[in-house]
Amino acid sequence: MSGGFTQWFSNIQYMFSLQQWQYFFKNGFTGLLHGLLLTVEVSLLGLFFALILGIVFGVLATSQWKVARAVARVYVEFFQNTPLMLQAIFLTFGLPLIWPALVKVPLFMILVIALSMYHGAYISEAVRAGIQSIHRGQLEASLSQGMTYVQAMRYVVIPQALRVVLPPLTNQAVNLVKNTSVGVAIGAMELMYMTKQISDMTTGPAFLVAALLYFILCFPLATLARRLEDRAEVNN
Amino acid sequence: MEDNLIELKNVEKYFGQNHVLKDVNLLVPTGQKIVIIGPSGSGKSTMIRCMNLLEHPTSGSVTVDGVEITAKKAPVAKVRQSIAMVFQQFNLYPHKTVLENLTLAPTVVQGVSKTEAVDSGMAYLERVGLKDKADAYPAQLSGGQQQRVAIARALNMHPKTLLFDEPTSALDPEMIQEVLDVIIGLAQEGITMVVVTHEMGFARQAADRVVFVDEGQILEDGTPEHFFENPTNDRTKLFLSKILH
Ligand SMILES: Nc1ncnc2c1ncn2[C@@H]1O[C@H](COP(=O)(O)OP(=O)(O)OP(=O)(O)O)[C@@H](O)[C@H]1O
Ligand SMILES: [Mg+2]
Repeated sequence: MSGGFTQWFSNIQYMFSLQQWQYFFKNGFTGLLHGLLLTVEVSLLGLFFALILGIVFGVLATSQWKVARAVARVYVEFFQNTPLMLQAIFLTFGLPLIWPALVKVPLFMILVIALSMYHGAYISEAVRAGIQSIHRGQLEASLSQGMTYVQAMRYVVIPQALRVVLPPLTNQAVNLVKNTSVGVAIGAMELMYMTKQISDMTTGPAFLVAALLYFILCFPLATLARRLEDRAEVNN
Repeated sequence: MEDNLIELKNVEKYFGQNHVLKDVNLLVPTGQKIVIIGPSGSGKSTMIRCMNLLEHPTSGSVTVDGVEITAKKAPVAKVRQSIAMVFQQFNLYPHKTVLENLTLAPTVVQGVSKTEAVDSGMAYLERVGLKDKADAYPAQLSGGQQQRVAIARALNMHPKTLLFDEPTSALDPEMIQEVLDVIIGLAQEGITMVVVTHEMGFARQAADRVVFVDEGQILEDGTPEHFFENPTNDRTKLFLSKILH
């Protein structure tokens, strides 16, 4: 196993050789761009489903219904306290043995599911905290006007909670983008996987450019998160 | 039209071991203005919040406009549309403008068209003297103004009954009268009202009936004259002697 990772870097000593970079741009770069494209797709889809899961379980976690709270608790604790890597590998190689239909699901979709479940758990916690930060009188006023619980959440509580939730949500988006890299372990052809493929021939450029591409994706999001946090503090 | 808009029957409420309402029976006839008075912690808020089921009685029944809302599967949200509540802390929606505060529930809950809700909303804002604040946010208003918006928000549901839980207790003294004036104005109309308040002057002026609550029990129930001039219960006398001097 030790060979596994050192092999990636077998030609790292040529990192600054012009030939390597020429070779990289001729034979490797488009591969990386394809990886990048898949990473972006997986990130967007993953974020979309993670948001849905996060909102649903976050709302359940604050409901008066005991069973719903318990279900939300179990979901959050399970996915927060086991590694994403384990979840992704189990989903890819373990679960299909029990549930053969899963074999037909494309690997990038498996990656989307794993990321959605994992980050959905974190987003759920943020949503729960956000909802609980809204004064109870808001829910009561809504209910007293004849809204259902769901309407009260949708029109009154969640829009206010969103201001509190937005900074941690953006942080989750950054983490989700970076965590698409577990695709390398399950064979989903995202950026990290492609980097590994190419690095046999041209380690240095592949890793440097991949790092740069991740940075370009994440840095604006991280900056946005910091801005939102600052603004949230000003508002309080 | 029902003769009695609200009926509390043998209502008991416990918060854990705390016995907050003890066999409360109350009929609110259509059109009547009832003021509920009592010492702090006596259960006034709990009682009025049972009337729209924000608190669920431990036992007993609550009937509003002919519908027993304490029954299983009762259409509670539907019934609440006709029984509006004004809170001590206003509870306006801070992320909505004043006008949006008035139009949200009518459009979402009652299916009223946006223009209709805006038209009636503006009329109610004018009525509470805040037409020029339609586009302001609640945080930009004084407490008295916010409470008047809350009253307009309640009215824009076109309710049959208005519930007020200490509508002036969170206000600075100089703003109490502007809110009371609005409520007194409403009291002169046909609408049914239940008002929890410590404002004795208001009770004398606007109430058809005063209910005195102490330790979760109704101890006095009659006209304002009866309550202020000839209270029968010793605890009522004690309460009045404290509050009127
Ligand atoms: N949600 C709750 N959970 C537990 N106890 C409660 C709750 N709401 C009220 N109580 C208790 O019930 C009792 C009656 O409270 P309630 O608010 O009805 O009194 P009140 O007459 O409205 O008093 P005040 O004049 O201070 O508003 C108090 O002892 C209070 O502590
Ligand atoms: Mg009270």
